[in-house]
Formats: sequence, C-alpha cells, structure tokens
Amino acid sequence: MSAPDAILDTPAAAEAPLARTRPFYWSVRREVWENGSIYVAPAIAAGVVLIGFLIGAINLPRNVMQQVQTLAPADRAMAIAIPFDIAAAIVLVTSFVVGFFYCLGALHGERRERTILFWKSLPVSDLTTVAAKATVPMLVLPIVTFLVVVAMHLVMLIASTVMLPTAGLPATLLWLEVPLAETWFHLAVLLACMSLWYAPLWGWLLLVSGWAKRVTFLWAVGPPIALSVFEQLAFRTKYVDALIRYRLSGGLTELYAARFSGRGNVKFDDHLDPAKFFSAPGLWIGLVVAAAFFAAVVWQRRYRTPI
Amino acid sequence: MTACIEARGLRKSYGKTVALDGVDLTLETGRILGLIGPNGAGKTTALNAILGLTQYEGELTVLGRNPWRDRDALMRDVCFIADVAVMPRWMRVSQALDYVAGVHPRFDRAKAEALLAKTTIKRASRVRELSKGMVTQLHLALIMAIDAKLLVLDEPTLGLDIIYRKSFYDSLLNDYFDHSRTIVVTTHQVEEIQHVLTDLMFINRGRIVLDCSMEALEQRYAEVMVAPEHLDAARALKPIHERQVFGRGLLLFDAVDRDKLAGLGEVRIPSIADLFVAVIGADQAAQPRAAA
Repeated sequence: MSAPDAILDTPAAAEAPLARTRPFYWSVRREVWENGSIYVAPAIAAGVVLIGFLIGAINLPRNVMQQVQTLAPADRAMAIAIPFDIAAAIVLVTSFVVGFFYCLGALHGERRERTILFWKSLPVSDLTTVAAKATVPMLVLPIVTFLVVVAMHLVMLIASTVMLPTAGLPATLLWLEVPLAETWFHLAVLLACMSLWYAPLWGWLLLVSGWAKRVTFLWAVGPPIALSVFEQLAFRTKYVDALIRYRLSGGLTELYAARFSGRGNVKFDDHLDPAKFFSAPGLWIGLVVAAAFFAAVVWQRRYRTPI
Repeated sequence: MTACIEARGLRKSYGKTVALDGVDLTLETGRILGLIGPNGAGKTTALNAILGLTQYEGELTVLGRNPWRDRDALMRDVCFIADVAVMPRWMRVSQALDYVAGVHPRFDRAKAEALLAKTTIKRASRVRELSKGMVTQLHLALIMAIDAKLLVLDEPTLGLDIIYRKSFYDSLLNDYFDHSRTIVVTTHQVEEIQHVLTDLMFINRGRIVLDCSMEALEQRYAEVMVAPEHLDAARALKPIHERQVFGRGLLLFDAVDRDKLAGLGEVRIPSIADLFVAVIGADQAAQPRAAA
C-alpha cells in the first residue's frame, strides 16, 4: 500500500489523507485475540509448575535441604538450579504444543467457520495474513514464553527465599547460586534459535491447515510417518526417519556443544554454541524449505476458491 | 464517466460445469443493480470474479482495475457482505471496530459508532452472543462506515425476519447510498428490493438473459389482467408469459403498444418476481437442459 499510489487513485483522498493503517500489526493482534491459548496455556503450565514447586518445597525433608548445603559448590549450584531449568523446560514444551495446534488450525478454522470471506472483504493481502499467522509461532509465542518463564522464575526465587531460612539455610544462598541473568540470556538464545530451526515445521503445518478439509492432525503427521515406515519396509533404510528426528531434535544438538558432564547429563550453561548452530547446513536448508512452504501457503490462500 | 464494472465475454468453468458462459455487462457509477437468478445460475461466481476471489477468462474491469491481478489495491475501494462471509463468532464488537479501523484506510470509526448507537448491540458482546439480525446490523454498520466506491451484497438478508430486511435496505438507501457509489445486490427476496434498484439483470445458466434499467423495464413490460372474452385477442399479441388468477388470464407482454393493451383489461407494471418467472421460465424452456 504505497501512499502516493493511493492519492493518485482517488481525488477524495487528496483532500483528506488516508488514515494510517497497520494491517500486519492488527492481523497479528487479531490472531492473539482469537487464540487466547497463546498466552493462557504457557501461563497455566507455569502456574501448575509453581504449585508443584511450592508443595514440594514445603514437604521436602529438612535433612535433604541440609544435605544440599554439604555438597561441593559446583554440585550444589546444580542441585539448586535444576528445578529452575526443569520448570522452564515444561513451559517451553507447552508453548511448542500450543504452536503446533495453533498452526494446524490457523487456516483451517477460517474456512471451517466460513469467516475467510469476511477477512478477504478487507484490504489485507494474503501475504500479510499468512505472515501474521507465521509470526505467532515464530515471534509471539517465543516472547510470551520468555516472559512467562522469567515471571515464574522470579516467583520461585521469592518463594524459596522465604522458605530457605525455615530449613536452616541462609536465604542468600539462592541469590548467589542461581545464575538468573545467565539462565535468561540462555533462554532467549534458545528460543530465538528454535524459532528459526522449527520454521519449516510451522510452514508445513500451515500448509496442511490451509489444504486439508478435515483431520488436519492426521494429514500433518500421517504422511511423514507413512513415508518413513514405507522406506524402512521397502528399502530397509532409515533416511526419512533420520530426517524427521533431525528436524525435531537436531536444533538442540546443533545449538549445544556436544560436551557431556561425567554423569551423562548435558551441562547447559556454558555450552551454548551459536556459532555452530548458525553454521549448520540443516538450519539454512530448513529456512529455504520454510520459505517454500510459506510461499505455497500464500499461493493457496490466494488461488483457492474460498468456500 | 467510466463504468464501475465492465465485463466482456466473462467465462468461468469448474471442470465440465460452465458457471459463466460469456457474460457481457456494463454498470455505470451511481447505480444499484439487482443481479437475480435461480440457484446455480452463476451469480456468486460472477460476484467472486468481480471481487477478485476467482480467476476467469475474458475481460473484466472493476473501478478501472483488473480485479484478480490488482485485488489488494481494489479491496480498498470495494466492500462486500455475503451470506457466506460470516463474522468471526469469537470477536467482540469493540474488537471488530478496532480491527477494521486498523486495517481499512477509508473506515470512519465515528460513523460506525453512530450507526451502532441506533441498535441494541453492546460493545462488549461477542458476535456469537448476537442474534443473526444483530450480526447483520453490525456487519452493515462496519461496511457503511467505509467510504467505498462499490458495495457488493450477496444474499445479505438471508435468514433475517422481515423487520430486519426492511431496515437493512432502508438504512442502506438513507444513510449510505449517494450517486458516487455503486451497489450490486443479489437476493431471492426480489419483491423487497424492487423499489431499491435502478437496474435489473437476470442471469440463468451462466448467461445474462435480461439487462435493463428500471425505467426501461416499466416502459417495456406490461402485465394485463385479461377477461376471458378478450383472451384470444390478447394471445395474438404474443405474450411472453400467461397464467391464470381467479379464472382470469394474467398475461405478460414485452414491448407491446400500451394503447393496444388498454382495451384488453387492466394494465400494470409487472413485479420483478413475475417477470423473473416469465423470462427465466422461457429461457429454461428454450434450452431444455442441453448442457446437463
């Protein structure tokens, strides 16, 4: 929508300049209006985790708490930080599931509920609409997730501060041992990288959502699984299977340096390796595939007779 | 002044089904066109082509633009309400106002608020909480607050009771229509829009079978209640349609001198509904399902 073009078209517009509109911004907002689960589900997950954490903290035997204090400093830091990481992971997984089902419904719903012609009666292009829908899993959900996790960590920290003295531990322990700033920076990098890594997944789900008449979930997961099973039966190879696994979990292995602590646990904090992530061909191939999917989604919404 | 809509040889087929079979039409700015046809006649396909929702063969210009290629630009000047373009049920009235104000450069929010103030619709209500009539009122309030050049209404009053239907067209005429705007409307409730229209088109099996202004229609067509003794004389003037009402013949004539008809019985202007039955019935009879 270029302003000079609009003014040339309409004599009336020359007198009263057109209202400034922001179709993309409002398209994203309307997605959030329609899909409250974008923020409600991560918040509920955080709430459940918090309640569990608080009940656990109250019921934790005194001697366990005191044992923590006798641990070596490195192990103690880990023991105290682990609940924070686990809690964050639960919210992250919830957001992923929300993103998955959001995408499956994003273009299917407007045809099923026959609202597509209402949206199409307004000057919002198919490109803008699809871009707004893709923005939800790629930008809105990561930001919501980040904010929810930060809020949850703060509540956990404050609650622990209140409880630690009752177990005879110094309240300052946590504030010294839990590297919050580092954890949050880590979380932000993780969310940004996963947003890019999963772009082809969101693209595929949106494509299925726009194309399948019903049972979008089956159309989304059925063909990849069928292809994988077919390949394994017919050729006794597992390329498709490996490809699917790589797309689902490869982002994490590309992002983290493959160093493991002695007990087989990946030790996260200092092993984040963005350079490795951004030099992984898998990321860039994925983004190219995602761009192709998104283009197909736009094309499909444009060319298909709406109802 | 250039035409608002100009079509030459507009064609569209879905597989072997021909939905539009070479439609020619010209609609000048400032007119209110009724596009009337039986189910499956191609009305919605024609509107979809005009609104840039479907590809087509032939030439079509809407407000000087190619509707398929320039759809994004065209939609700033064109609005539509279709029975099938339902408003999202989850949306609140206030959100609908925010959203349309946010995406439509020609939306006058104050005007929409004023139109809504005449109804009982509350800002905080969700669309799913409104009755069907109220949803149509809301949609109409949004659309009428947009300074569009072309408004397309596809069965806008389907499923509404007569009070809502009446007020729909009344507010359209009183609060919206001026002679710089153009309106295209399709409906099956043809009697109710007879006084609204300036132009009338009948479409049947993808072709335009009648295209005239309402003034021309009143001069061209006449309906005569013929007493039995004059029936043979009347039939000699080749009526396009004949039916029996209370034992008397009701004959419809196309372009027959009114002085000749006056002697046969009471002459009046036919209703669109009667004309529709006569013209479409004749067209169906002329080509008895040749394509099917």
